[in-house]
Amino acid sequence: MSVALFIPCYIDQFYPDVAVATLELLERFGVEVVYPRGQTCCGQPMANTGCTPEAAPVARRLVELFAPYDQIVCPSGSCTAMIRHHYADYFEEDDTAYRHVRDSTFELCEYLVDVLQVRSLGVRFPHRVSLHQSCHGLRELRLAASSETRHAGMTDKAKSLISMIEGIEFALPKRPDECCGFGGTFAVNEADVSVAMGCDRIADHVSAGSEVIVAGDMSCLMHLQGIIRRNRHPIEVMHIAQLLMGRPLHHSKDPAGSAVSGSLTGKDTGMNRE
Amino acid sequence: MTQDLIEQAGQGKRNSAGSLPVITAHEDQGRGHAQHPALARDFVANVERTSWHDGALWFVRNKRDAQASSIPEWEYLRTKAAQIKSDAIARLPDYLETFERNATRLGAIVHWAIDAQEHNQIVHQILSERGVRRVIKSKSMLTEECQLNPYLQRRGIEVVDTDLGEWIVQLRGETPSHIVLPAIHIRKEEVGQLFHERLGTTAGATDPQYLAEAARQQLRQEFLRAGAGITGVNFAIAQTGGIVVCTNEGNADLGVSLPKLHIACLGIEKLIPRAADLGVFLRLLARSATGQAITTYSSHFHGPRAGGELHIVLVDNGRSELLASDDFRRSLNCIRCGACLNTCPVYRRSGGHSYGVTVPGPIGSIINPFADPAAHSSLPGACSLCGSCTDVCPVKIDLHHQLYVWRRRLAEQGLVPWSKRVSMKLVGTVLRNPKLYRVAGWFARNALRFLPRWLVYNPLNIWGRQRELPVSPAQTFRELYQIQRGDSHD
Repeated sequence: MSVALFIPCYIDQFYPDVAVATLELLERFGVEVVYPRGQTCCGQPMANTGCTPEAAPVARRLVELFAPYDQIVCPSGSCTAMIRHHYADYFEEDDTAYRHVRDSTFELCEYLVDVLQVRSLGVRFPHRVSLHQSCHGLRELRLAASSETRHAGMTDKAKSLISMIEGIEFALPKRPDECCGFGGTFAVNEADVSVAMGCDRIADHVSAGSEVIVAGDMSCLMHLQGIIRRNRHPIEVMHIAQLLMGRPLHHSKDPAGSAVSGSLTGKDTGMNRE
Repeated sequence: MTQDLIEQAGQGKRNSAGSLPVITAHEDQGRGHAQHPALARDFVANVERTSWHDGALWFVRNKRDAQASSIPEWEYLRTKAAQIKSDAIARLPDYLETFERNATRLGAIVHWAIDAQEHNQIVHQILSERGVRRVIKSKSMLTEECQLNPYLQRRGIEVVDTDLGEWIVQLRGETPSHIVLPAIHIRKEEVGQLFHERLGTTAGATDPQYLAEAARQQLRQEFLRAGAGITGVNFAIAQTGGIVVCTNEGNADLGVSLPKLHIACLGIEKLIPRAADLGVFLRLLARSATGQAITTYSSHFHGPRAGGELHIVLVDNGRSELLASDDFRRSLNCIRCGACLNTCPVYRRSGGHSYGVTVPGPIGSIINPFADPAAHSSLPGACSLCGSCTDVCPVKIDLHHQLYVWRRRLAEQGLVPWSKRVSMKLVGTVLRNPKLYRVAGWFARNALRFLPRWLVYNPLNIWGRQRELPVSPAQTFRELYQIQRGDSHD
């Protein structure tokens, strides 16, 4: 069984520790993960802007690069949804490489819960956290039931994983799954509405008494963190991979922490060569 | 809904005393020349207004959730409604002919209008032939779409909207900002001021009951004076030739019970095949729209009342083209409940007028660009693709996917702004070339790390106007991986 890691472009460039935590997490559960060289992006920025001719070659590169692997894991609901639900625009339906990549790419939480069937983490995090459901994880991948449609029997994958952490407490925002306002190029095209949406989300999480907003999509968190830092809101953000790997609070607040993971020193990480 | 509406409109408890914020009423509102981001900016700039507008609509969304979850077969009903509508739309010509035949048999006179102009001419002709000078109208988004009011007013016919919200909007010289709650952008304090000026109510009065009563007294006079009543139609039933009008205020019933002449105007997509289908839609409509189990009045009209006349005007106005479109045909399923507006995080914060069209919000952002892609090219982008609209839609229109498709169609038609096209070409080139990607990433990260703040947060950095950029790491994941594990996997 070969498992490949797909690290979205903005995580690679700006949040390497999220990728490190993802890798460590998978290795902790005994998965042998490879990181295929030459990967860039899923093509979503161009696709969401309607620029199909620009998105198509990026999508085709990704499929070509990842087709040789049995499974592909990605720490982003949005990029996974792009591959699973929107790549049909760029491939023939009978393209076997495309079909394989489409059906074998998993969002991280989905992979941990459904494929690895993780039952315990052995991690402690004695803080109040609140979960931000990214829209694409929620309504495209159905990682949990949306507040609009209470699909019976649907487990909340992120929540079930976080619940395995010792000492953790959930803070519940009033609006459980409203969009944060990132939306890719929407964040810039409609900057004013985007920021208003982000401010409302942050206020909701802060007044719920949360110390840290956790999400499966770093893109939502990049937007929220941008507003939090500008306005010095008393809250932090963490990608769920970081939380599940037991990264301490304030890890992401410290610029060095968000920028350079502990793995650079080769200590305390799964990044050491076996 | 009278009091509900004023209550909701008046949710802005933190109104800054005395000063009445100016409503974003643009000259070209309804024509859509201005772009959504610019109009939205005006609305969002007033944080207090945005916050209560959002809160009032979220309250309605919550009521809808409570209603939806109280019915175990909710998802079944949605599926059923989508099937019925898809069938009705697929066989629309047949159903329309059946409807005309049955309605005529019941004594109604059926008219066909290819577009807004013809619709207005037909209505005007019916009125002028009978010498009618005063008309009362219950809520009809179709007549808004056709701009019937100004058409009749220019020809010397007085039109009074009798839906309270729509009347408030009419008194202010505006258009509705929502298809179900036309005055949702107006606070009760503003209604009090308007009524004080126009109806002579006590200055500073904000009590919804008092204001609604004043409106009732004034509107009653209008009802008694009118020579004709115009209504919209929620459902037209092919099998029976009957029409159904849903209101909360009973204004449609009164409006067609006093004058002898009833003109009902509807878009051709309002057809449903059988009377038995009606139950599915009536159960979904009000629950989705306002979180009520059913509208207060669901009025059925089968032919004219004794001694009266019933004219039914069936309007196409671009719907046939929509029907021919594989991409957007499903938008004809819409029953105009407004649930997608209520749940849309962008609509709630930017207000209906920021869309510059009669039907705003997610559904409006699909159907308006269809009528005029160039004028409404910014609407499919007024969406974060969160998908909440798709999840609430009672007739299962995949709204956010259609908006996604729209962006593609606009790009194909060259209707994406130049700056966006060029930047996406650039990004696309970088992202399909790993070496270029590494170099571009290096420059971006190091620019963020070492350039002075004033240069990074320059006026062209739209992201950075109200947000910090991420703190740039010294190394990418790829570099870290290479250091720790040697070369990455081939």
